[in-house]
Amino acid sequence: MNKNLKEQVLRSGGVNVLKCMRCGKCSGTCPSYGEMEYHPHQFVYMVEKGDIETLMKSESIYKCLTCFACVDRCPRGVEPAKVVEAVRLAAVRQQGNNHLEPSEIPALLDEDLPQQAIVTAMRKYAK
Amino acid sequence: METFTYYPGCTLRTKAKDLDTYARVSAEALGIKLEEPADWQCCGGAYTTAKDEIATKLSAVRVLNSAKEAETPLITVCSACHNVIKQTEYDISRDEEMASKVNNYLGLSEPYTGGTKVYHYLEMLRDVVGFDKLKEKVVNPFTGRKIAAYYGCLLLRPAKALAMDDPENPTIIEDFIRAIGGTPVIYAQRNECCGGYITMEDKAQAQKRSGAVMGSAKDMGAEMVITACPLCLYNLKKNSGSDLPVYYFTELLAEALGLKEASNE
Repeated sequence: MNKNLKEQVLRSGGVNVLKCMRCGKCSGTCPSYGEMEYHPHQFVYMVEKGDIETLMKSESIYKCLTCFACVDRCPRGVEPAKVVEAVRLAAVRQQGNNHLEPSEIPALLDEDLPQQAIVTAMRKYAK
Repeated sequence: METFTYYPGCTLRTKAKDLDTYARVSAEALGIKLEEPADWQCCGGAYTTAKDEIATKLSAVRVLNSAKEAETPLITVCSACHNVIKQTEYDISRDEEMASKVNNYLGLSEPYTGGTKVYHYLEMLRDVVGFDKLKEKVVNPFTGRKIAAYYGCLLLRPAKALAMDDPENPTIIEDFIRAIGGTPVIYAQRNECCGGYITMEDKAQAQKRSGAVMGSAKDMGAEMVITACPLCLYNLKKNSGSDLPVYYFTELLAEALGLKEASNE
């Protein structure tokens, strides 16, 4: 286990993963549940255990829609989306590890796509 | 006439001009003056919740500070801008470390540590104009029209920061629909995500999410869906596979107030 990485993710996420009582409501309400290899409750548990590099390598970090459904519906106020965000940032902040490059964007555009989608994707997928 | 600092955001200048144009003409007719600050920047589209992110929060702080300097409340209309600015305001008012880092960077004449009142345009209609007063000004009511309000995620959540409405049983857009004479349609997916920016990454997921939203609205008898978010509008129109029409709420507002034709001339 990489203790520094765990401390970094906990500090960046700003949430207390020990409050989780493993009810699974976050994953039950997650609109990306079917697309994820690791689900929101697993992010919380795996960060608590320090098994973070596994999450950083998973495509699951790019499937969170940041809809805050898990944040508002968690009965313990754990805010799992903030944990997912902290793990994703730990991944994309690594040199050469952007998930989306500006050069890839033109091929993804269509005439109606709002700018909002592009800036949000860049904020989520790249540093 | 009450004056507000008005933040349109990047998309309202380009792909979502209707959301902006109809908001401006309707505000004027309702006695609200919208003043756009000269030097606003894109909010970034999504709030970065991470505690160790500062640069991504600066543009929202700048516009909050512009409103403070103008001594007016701030008004937004795009759901995403509203979400970013409200979450920034919530955090900078409570997180001293964040406020200190932001202010070290910005070097404002007076540090910004929160205090600007932020309204979404819908909240302005409810809390400043009043839905009863709005109703009195309607000349083209949507009588008998079954209209589904689509909240999505960004208008409501996280509820402690957004503080607009009950995140599980919201009423503000339904009350707006009643004020313009329509009949609101309640459906299960009205506050679930449309897929958002995942359309850039995984089109199938955006199709699944937006299809679920539109299917749910249609099942409950909706004739049209209204939204405040350009990205929701895009997903619901382009990715859902549904033929149900989708409009910005401001377009219906302008039409109800008899301003739609004039603003298109």
